[in-house]
Amino acid sequence: MKRIFAITMMAAGTMMAAGLALPTGAGAADAQHGEQLYHNYCIQCHGLNGDGKGINASHLDVQPRNHTDRDEMSARTDEDLFKAIKLGGQSVNKSILMPNWDGNLSDDDIHDLVAHLRQLCCQ
Amino acid sequence: MRNHRLAVAMCGLLAGFGLTAANAADVADQVASDCGACHQLSGTADSLQARAERKAPTLSYAGNKFQEAWLVSWLQSPGRIRPAGDFPLTHAKTGPDGDVIDEAALIQHPSLSEADARTVAAYLMTLTPHSDLIAAEDYTPGKVPERLGAMDFVKFKGCGACHRDTPEYGGVSGPELYTAWNRLQPEFIVSYTRNPTAWEPYSIMPNKHLQTPQIHKIADYLKVIGEKGAAAK
Repeated sequence: MKRIFAITMMAAGTMMAAGLALPTGAGAADAQHGEQLYHNYCIQCHGLNGDGKGINASHLDVQPRNHTDRDEMSARTDEDLFKAIKLGGQSVNKSILMPNWDGNLSDDDIHDLVAHLRQLCCQ
Repeated sequence: MRNHRLAVAMCGLLAGFGLTAANAADVADQVASDCGACHQLSGTADSLQARAERKAPTLSYAGNKFQEAWLVSWLQSPGRIRPAGDFPLTHAKTGPDGDVIDEAALIQHPSLSEADARTVAAYLMTLTPHSDLIAAEDYTPGKVPERLGAMDFVKFKGCGACHRDTPEYGGVSGPELYTAWNRLQPEFIVSYTRNPTAWEPYSIMPNKHLQTPQIHKIADYLKVIGEKGAAAK
């Protein structure tokens, strides 16, 4: 038991060192569902490839986040991403042009989106 | 009430469609046949996938949404309201500097004769399943200086991320809004802005949780730019 705990803590430490926080409340997040949500709600600004170059991007004063940028995304915890999606960019001191999606998406949906973002950036 | 309104509308307008009041139901059938391939005439997209596969906006609540005079005019000379079509993923492609609209993937709306446009518009105006949402709004159009309205629209509310408030400025994934005042019923503008998913559960417009005065300010701005555009024509 102690060994399992030690391994878990080592894994957590590795993730934290890499800037990846442990997901909280995500349960078994469904990245595939997250991908479909991404297609419906995100690609218009964040791009077909998730590179921040969606069809709206060239018309915006602030460039949308490049979700394929491993370094940039690794600097954001899952909680940061969850909060930005749910409550909008201003909730994490970013642009108002990133809207809050809490009126359209459930918390489970947003966890799925975060799981998809982790696939986009880091796999 | 809906059937009564349909019958009244059809009695006055069917001559141009070559139909008689006796077969008013044929208008509904014909609209379903001619328009139904792209537009839903009842209900809305009921899943993410259905929303993604949708070719054109639902017309199921057209009578709560549109201005009839605008419909009659637009159906005769349809212009593009959504620069990237009804669903951005379907009408975007990657380019060297980022994604661009895939013009070849956009669908051109057919033009109708004046008589047919009047008949179809009259029918569409009978589709009013959300009259309760319209009735819940209490909006009297007001005034807002154009410059302040623009700043509010773009800088403070972020609407410009997806919508254009001039032909040259703003995002392209949502419908342009510089003609919205002439196109849409004022209470629809207010209600949809207040809660898009009350109209369409899979709407891709966010609910910004705006207070009523904030929503009215946006509607007032759309009035300013809509009337300005109409006057310029």
